[in-house]
Amino acid sequence: MTTEVGSETDVKKEPEKVPEVQQQTEPQQTEQPDKAADSAAQPASASDDQPQEESQSAEAKSDPEAAASPEPSSPPAAGGQKKDKGISRFLPPWLKRQKSLSQDKPAESTEPPRQESVEAVKEEHEETSQPKEEADGEGGATTSTEQTEEVKEVKEVKEVKEVKEVKEVKEVREESRAEEVQVEEKDKEEEKSIGSADTQPVREEKEGESEVKESEEQTEKKEEKKEEEQVNQQETSVLSALKLKKMKMVVCHVTLLDGSQFSCEVEKRAKGQYLFFQVCEQLNLLEKDYFGLSFKDNAEQRCWLDPTKEIKRQIRNSQWQFAFSVKFYPPDPSQLTEDITRYLLCLQLRQDIASGRLPCSFVTHALLGSYTLQAELGDHDPEEHRLDYISDFQFAPNQTKELEEKVVELHKSHRGMTPAQADAQFLENAKKLSMYGVDLHHAKDSEGVDIMLGVCANGLLIYKDRLRINRFAWPKILKISYKRSNFYIKIRPGEAEQFESTVGFKLPNHRAAKRVWKVCVEHHTFFRLVSPEQPTKTKFLTLGSKFRYSGRTQAQTRQASSLIDRPAPYFQRTSSKRISRSLDGAPVVNVSDYSQALTAGAGENGPSLELNSDSKSPQVEVVEKPNEDADTSLTSETAFETDKGGAPERKSKLRVQGENIYVRHSNLMLEDLDKTQEDVLKHQASISELKRSFMEATPEPRPSQWDKRLTGSPATTLRLQAQGVPQQTPPRPGTDSRDASKPPVVKTEMVTISDTFAAQKTEISTKEVPIVHTETKTITYEAAQLDGNGDGEPGVLMTAQTITSESLCTTTTTHITKTLKGGLSETRIEKRIVITGDSDIDHDQALAQAIKEAKEQHPDMSVTRVVVHKETELAEDDD
Amino acid sequence: MAGLMSGFGSFTHAVVRAVPQSLAKEALRTGSQEVDLLKVREEYDEYVSVLKHRLGLEVVELPADDALPDSVFVEDVAVVCGDTALITRPGAESRRKETEAMKTALTELGLNIVEMTDESATLDGGDVLFTGREFFVGLSKRTNQRGAEILADVFKDYAVSTVPVQDRLHLKTVCSMAAPGLIAIGSSEPAQKVLKIMQQMSDHKYDKLTVPDDYAANCIYMNLPGKGDVLLHCTPEEFPESAKVFEKLKDHMLIPVNNQEKAKVDGGLTCLSVLINKKNNI
Repeated sequence: MTTEVGSETDVKKEPEKVPEVQQQTEPQQTEQPDKAADSAAQPASASDDQPQEESQSAEAKSDPEAAASPEPSSPPAAGGQKKDKGISRFLPPWLKRQKSLSQDKPAESTEPPRQESVEAVKEEHEETSQPKEEADGEGGATTSTEQTEEVKEVKEVKEVKEVKEVKEVKEVREESRAEEVQVEEKDKEEEKSIGSADTQPVREEKEGESEVKESEEQTEKKEEKKEEEQVNQQETSVLSALKLKKMKMVVCHVTLLDGSQFSCEVEKRAKGQYLFFQVCEQLNLLEKDYFGLSFKDNAEQRCWLDPTKEIKRQIRNSQWQFAFSVKFYPPDPSQLTEDITRYLLCLQLRQDIASGRLPCSFVTHALLGSYTLQAELGDHDPEEHRLDYISDFQFAPNQTKELEEKVVELHKSHRGMTPAQADAQFLENAKKLSMYGVDLHHAKDSEGVDIMLGVCANGLLIYKDRLRINRFAWPKILKISYKRSNFYIKIRPGEAEQFESTVGFKLPNHRAAKRVWKVCVEHHTFFRLVSPEQPTKTKFLTLGSKFRYSGRTQAQTRQASSLIDRPAPYFQRTSSKRISRSLDGAPVVNVSDYSQALTAGAGENGPSLELNSDSKSPQVEVVEKPNEDADTSLTSETAFETDKGGAPERKSKLRVQGENIYVRHSNLMLEDLDKTQEDVLKHQASISELKRSFMEATPEPRPSQWDKRLTGSPATTLRLQAQGVPQQTPPRPGTDSRDASKPPVVKTEMVTISDTFAAQKTEISTKEVPIVHTETKTITYEAAQLDGNGDGEPGVLMTAQTITSESLCTTTTTHITKTLKGGLSETRIEKRIVITGDSDIDHDQALAQAIKEAKEQHPDMSVTRVVVHKETELAEDDD
Repeated sequence: MAGLMSGFGSFTHAVVRAVPQSLAKEALRTGSQEVDLLKVREEYDEYVSVLKHRLGLEVVELPADDALPDSVFVEDVAVVCGDTALITRPGAESRRKETEAMKTALTELGLNIVEMTDESATLDGGDVLFTGREFFVGLSKRTNQRGAEILADVFKDYAVSTVPVQDRLHLKTVCSMAAPGLIAIGSSEPAQKVLKIMQQMSDHKYDKLTVPDDYAANCIYMNLPGKGDVLLHCTPEEFPESAKVFEKLKDHMLIPVNNQEKAKVDGGLTCLSVLINKKNNI
């Protein structure tokens, strides 16, 4: 359910911001004044000296805030402002919202910056439930979590306000796509970047999980802050120049599969994708979706670099050292289109075998080794190839003379085989190995027994020692989630069983749990789905992280590679082993031409929208317009039907427990949606259609429909305007934009809205912002197909009951986004609260509680907007 | 060149062991039926004759040993896959010495011998089902987890999944391979339970051939040059209904083999031999 409470918060925020940052006490000044102040502040920040100072101060502030509570100065100001402005205030906020919407899309220079920023923030917050106010009797007092956060953000923003801001915005959006994992990361990142203020709430909620992390995070944050400051300064200068182009460059070192090193200069804030494309280009690799870049985290654990996120924020303090490797092992390598792809897969497997990660028998070691020799040395030459010629190769973890002799003996039998054929034979045998493509993770079962979780193309395998003791194929799994250091899978009930069961595993730590979860999400999507799930941009409720695999699925990549039409690229086969031994000769390639690389990357990606947008990501200037549109649509999704009846207040004492982070992945459940359901969905109210239309890439607001639909409520009108805005105002470079990696089609959700009148809000002129309470029940189902029926029907909700048996838990995520628009900086703070629980949970109550708590934490802040998404899982009718 | 996992069912050699005098009275059995030693010997001779003359395998016959009443069931003491032989540690203490002669014979055949020396491990070959793509190991009274682990360690190329076996002696008491990708399975509840587990644990799809009698599900599949699919299965006299099921396998060379008397001491068709493929070994 999406409840958007808008105006009040905005107002408050604005005033707050002003006072804090610039210490301009202009509480009374309504939107416009605020804007002016903001603009003034921003420019100031833009100027070299001031910005730095500001940023520093802001940072300083933020830290204390994090430690304690919101800043003292800001609260009073905010209150005063609200009061003074009265109705006009309210109006402005809405406008602001609209603006924000517009801002989200293309930046609208015209509109008051502050408002926009606030609004934008709010919008982003939508995902979370952030009830605005007290006005709502229902859920209990809706706290202004967002607002508080926003305020903080604003301060920070002011400080930094520049290119960075823009980037951040993008990031936030991207992150939102990426699900749970990302969210968490986001939090951290945001915290870092922002300052400490945001951190607190988030942490509190996360408590249980992230105690350790927190400390880490804090330190990291601090560091990052410093960095950011520096960057900001630089950025500021850049801004002054009005160009966002200049960026700090960093050299990345990538270990390729043949053991050679590839070095490449990237902008410090470049996303993983940029580097990945650089590497693929260097390798001349087109079928790249099977591959990825990994790095070692502080605990020496291998982590995959998320292409959609900034590299810097992922590697944290680690070095810019990466490894290019196979991420998704194709079950049938013969279906790969190009030999070069197979060659790279061979190199990976040779590593896997030599390291023991891919166990095989003596005979298999010998056989695979012999194909390796054939591929790399050609036919056996008795004169040239004496026994010692193979001692440079490593065929097995423990290589014996006997094995080498066997390899040579078999090598002789391959006479006449071309390198490509030898590679193909190698793969034909390797793919049958039981551990081929199985990503192992240490864990314990419910009884504390050491086991291994193996994630592979077909599902999840459970090993005890070397024995497979259980297996859960993807179709058997309804849901995967992690909480703290536990990883859960919910199993579809068998024929004879009535209820699904949940199996839990204990991972060494929270990060490990998250890692398994993420790998599962990725593997499931890649191998099982036709197309990736759209990260619910809308931020539909969302219990949990929004992480989704955003790349192409195997089906898509196969389709794409079937279109590859180029002469087989020349490449030289070399044994990784030998190369690594002679590092001197290792080819080192440096790519420093930033722009070229970019272009190339973009070109390659042609087929996939997301990729394209991603490739552009490094450049700030490339604001994704399409994305913005998408965002807009998202906003629009918060369609309002006005129900006069607010949600009934429930006095149940459901309490939001802050400790748990619960992440869940709903897609799994949805993959089996049958047509019947889709049909049902088609009956969706016209709202859904509207939403859909908005979601389509083209920004066509269809105001008329909206008008019909949303009569009377000012808010509605405003929104419409906002939507229209993008069209009118072409996006500017430098504006914050949301990454448009989203494909045009968003399938999703249905919004049911019970809404307190927006109009009423206007009339309510108290400090307390009138609460527009919109409850949107969002059903997100992922249809593998791209058809537009994204809206679920209420009927579908039935399934919701089956959803979770787990205890109520809450996750809070804070997003702070700073954007620079036409010299103005915007700050958006989005706080997302995810409440997970049984279907019978009183969400309103829980939400209210959460908000209340947030408010208490940040007394000086106000809630601008609250959006509640209630996500109910669909039942799978079919088996 | 033989690739990994190619040539399922292709065999060149068989190791058997002559029937000891002590079988009739001392062999372990879950029932309490009287065993007619003469009949056992008749059946055994017929069995060996089929392998040797009908199918043309090289048959290595180990000498009978009266000190080892169960030694005719050689399957339990060795698991051979490819050119590697795992000499097991049988779950029944009285059978541990049966491995010696087997080890010698397999060594002479040029196989790589791995012995299960871990004293905490037990494994009966009758609990090991090799499908051509993976192993299933029944966890029974005769086979424990450790035994299965060792097997998994020996045959690293293959997935080894464990299957709890209840109310039956061995995993292969209720099932066996009737063709590549075809599992013959009994229709009793324990048998069906076993099948279900195996299906869940496997990445591969198996068809099933359900026979009314659990014992009849124990058959021997081979793929021999010049003969194609060969199936040794129960006789109509012993299990008429189950025999009819096998008779539906039109493409197989069907060879009913009488096993009535040995069944009294829980001996199935597979129990009587260790099959080896030497030609295709690398």
